[in-house]
This record gives sequence, structure tokens and C-alpha cells, in this order.
Amino acid sequence: MIDQPLPIFAPGSDPGPSFFELLRRTSPDAVPGANFPAVNLSTGAPSSSPIQVPHGTTIVCIKFAGGVVMAGDRRATEGYTIASRRIDKVSQCDHWSAMAIAGAAGPGMEMVRLLQTELEHYEKVEGEPLSLEGKANKLSQMIRANLPAAMQGLVVVPLFCGYDLRKGVGRLYKYDVTGGKYEEADYATTGSGSVHARNWIKAGFKPDMTPEEAVNLGLLALFMAADEDAATGGPDPVRRIYPTVAVVDRDGYVKLAEDDVERRATEILAGRSSQ
Amino acid sequence: MSMPFYVSPEQVMKDRADYARKGIARGRSLVALEYTDGIALVAENPSGTLHKLSEVYDRIAFAGVGKYNEFEMLKIAGIRHADVRGYSYSREDVTARALANGYAQTLGQVFTHEMKPYEVEILVAQVGEQDGERNEMFHILYDGTVMDEHGFTVLGGQAEAITDALKADYSEGLDVGAAVRLGSKALGSPDSRDIAADQLEVAVLDRNRPRRKFRRIDDEEVAALLVNA
Repeated sequence: MIDQPLPIFAPGSDPGPSFFELLRRTSPDAVPGANFPAVNLSTGAPSSSPIQVPHGTTIVCIKFAGGVVMAGDRRATEGYTIASRRIDKVSQCDHWSAMAIAGAAGPGMEMVRLLQTELEHYEKVEGEPLSLEGKANKLSQMIRANLPAAMQGLVVVPLFCGYDLRKGVGRLYKYDVTGGKYEEADYATTGSGSVHARNWIKAGFKPDMTPEEAVNLGLLALFMAADEDAATGGPDPVRRIYPTVAVVDRDGYVKLAEDDVERRATEILAGRSSQ
Repeated sequence: MSMPFYVSPEQVMKDRADYARKGIARGRSLVALEYTDGIALVAENPSGTLHKLSEVYDRIAFAGVGKYNEFEMLKIAGIRHADVRGYSYSREDVTARALANGYAQTLGQVFTHEMKPYEVEILVAQVGEQDGERNEMFHILYDGTVMDEHGFTVLGGQAEAITDALKADYSEGLDVGAAVRLGSKALGSPDSRDIAADQLEVAVLDRNRPRRKFRRIDDEEVAALLVNA
């Protein structure tokens, strides 16, 4: 970098439109995963290590006729302890995409912030947004950069979804810990309760559902996962805590109002209590 | 051994300033006006893709006249400054004032130390988010001079004539249409032309928008605003 008050680069070292590359050049210490300490951090499983960090649990993503629904429970656990009852695992990335995190909550939330900045940065520098596939690949690189931390227990496995404006469809992606990116056709789940959630979605999924059907299926799957998995938070009518639900379609990202989710959750629970 | 000719510092600075001013005067001008909902930016720009107006951050916009590659590079430097700052502190900590200071230092340094000065004039504008919070407009010259402007400001070679035209007609409390019409009229006033909508680049910082206040107004909408007197 040329010695200037503003980040101006010589042609050979210009980071281009990527914020991640820019951060690596201007403030390497601020890059997530940089200077990662060589200690063994917990995987979230109880008593495997002296250090435990909050872990996010179950998230789901379901395609419907004109877009995608993303939902996550609100619990974070630290071993056998509930670290948070109100964590938000579903976040908006830009106008047409969303991301949900499972795994180590701290690095996960940092990854969300980094991806949000990355997408907006690209859009401002280039004058147009990245393609949906481009956004998904960017996230892949960030997960790969987190691999050293993941090897020591701070695994982050997000889901990513969005509306592809060029193709005119909703699309969703899941990732593995090495940054491997897998596009799913209908639905995806990750986190500790994901097996149970996936089975309920599999049983209830129909192609070309309405957004309402997809939202209700996602909520049901989360409640059923919470029923089987201790780390997944169920509906909490006492504190009025319900899952975070967002819909991404042609008009962009919309987070469902808490009242709306509460009403749907109450209906689902009432429907099941008679059985 | 040959002795270099002595040139007085005054002469060097004057030559550089003349050079920069000449370069800026070759391009078209732009105006920024405060209106009821924020700040309107109106530029004469025949190109639909090489922008003079850009979003920098939530409340902040950048505008530049003169040599395209130079103000484009400054624009990107501004976006980088803002995004790094917002990422390492918080979004509220990104301010037009800090950015304007950065630009002023960069331009000042280049003006005195480099082979040739930048042939640009730039504007950093920030809309006041809540009612009563003031808008800020920093007009920065090729040599790093910063001016804190209110009401309206003009960038470019024909700034004086355009400023005179605006002074006569500008008042507080314009709506967006009136601001765009006034801006377009003022840009055409030095040689009494009417500028067509497709020759204008228009953007606003609208405080009523959610987080990102910057919005480009496309040619169609500009045309509608221009006739809708």
C-alpha cells in the first residue's frame, strides 16, 4: 500500500472489488481466523475440553414456488448450559440473499458480518451486485479460511440461500467444514437437530408450495427437532420466544414479524396437541 | 555538472493549479442541492455507465468531476476507507467528515509531491438521518482545500456561472422534483441550453430510505421529474 491517508494501492497489490482481500492487506489482524491461538477449543460436546464457547444448533432452508424460506431456532448452548435463548441465526446478507449459521456462534456471526460487508463492498465498487452463485462461492472461501479454527473445534457450517435474478428462481446451498459448497434442489438442514428436522421436511415437502406452506413446514420441523434434540430450542410461549423466519423471493429479503411467527407457532402447536 | 534552473515555489504551485484547473474545465459540471428529504446530486454525464455519482456508505455519497480514472480511483479509496472503518468499529462511526479529511490529505499530498496533480474536484455528502440532524457537504479541490457547504454547491469548470444561476433560484424546502429541475436548469445556464434527461445523471441521498440512503434515479424517472413542473 502506498503511504497515504486513504487505502490507495499500487497496481500490483490492488485487492480489487473484494473486501476480504482488502482487509487482509490493510488490517490483517482484523481478518476472522487470523492469529488463531494454538489451544484446543471445544466442539460444544460436554467436557471434551476446558474451554467451551456458545454453539448454534438447528437451521433449515426450504424452497417454495417463487423463492426460499430460511428458519432457525433461538438456542445457543455451551456444553450442557443454555448460553442464549434469543440468538438470531438467520441474517440478511444483501437485498436478495440470506444466511443462517450453525456451529460456533462467535466465528459464525463474524462470518455473517464479513459476508454482508463483502457483498455490499463489491456492489459499490463494481456498480452492480454479484451473481447468486458468486455470493455462494464467496461464502465458501470464508468457510475455508476458517478451517484452522474449525480444526480446533470452532466449526461453522452455514446455509445460504437467495433469489437468482438472472434465472428467476430461489436457490439454496449447504456447506461442509472445508468450504465445500453443495446446491440443494428442495431443502437443506444443518446443526445438531438437523436429522430430525430434515426427516419432517422430507415427509411434508411438496414441489411448488406456497410461501405459507413452506414457512409452516419449517416451523414444524424445528419444533420436532427441538422435541428430540436437547440443544435445539423449542417454542417458548412463556417468554414468547419463537424461531427466526425469513423469506427471500423476487422482491427481496423479508423477515417475518415476531407476532406472525407466534401466531403460526400457536396454530401448529394447537393442531398437534389434539393428537 | 549541470545546475537545474531555479523555479520559485510560487511558480510551481501556480503552474500545477493552472494545469489541474484546465483539466477539470474540460469536463462537465455537477451540482448538489439540499432538498426536503435529503440531498439531490445532478450531474451532466452523457455516459450511462461511467458514473460520476456513487454510493459510499449508508448515509454518504461521492461525486466527482474532472478526469474519470482519477476520481474513480478516489471513489474506490473512499468506499474502502468507509467499509474497513465500519467493519472494525460500527456503521455509525463512518462519517463524511473523516472521509473528507482523508481525501483532503491525499489530494494535498499528491498536489505537492507528485509529478502531476489530480485533475479532479470531489464532493462528499452525508444526509442527516433524523429530523433536525444537519446534512453535510464537503467540497474538496484538486489541491486538498476543503469547503464545508450548505444549501447547494457546484463542482466543475463552469462553477461560477452555475453558482450565480443557483443563487438566484435556490430556496430551502424544495421537493425532489424541484431540486432536479433547478439543478438541470442551472447546469445548462452558462450557455443557455436545455439538458435532456438522458444526458443527466441523478441520484439522491433520501433520509426516508431504510439503511442505504443512496438511490440512483433512472433516465425515465428523471424525464418525468423534469416535465412535471
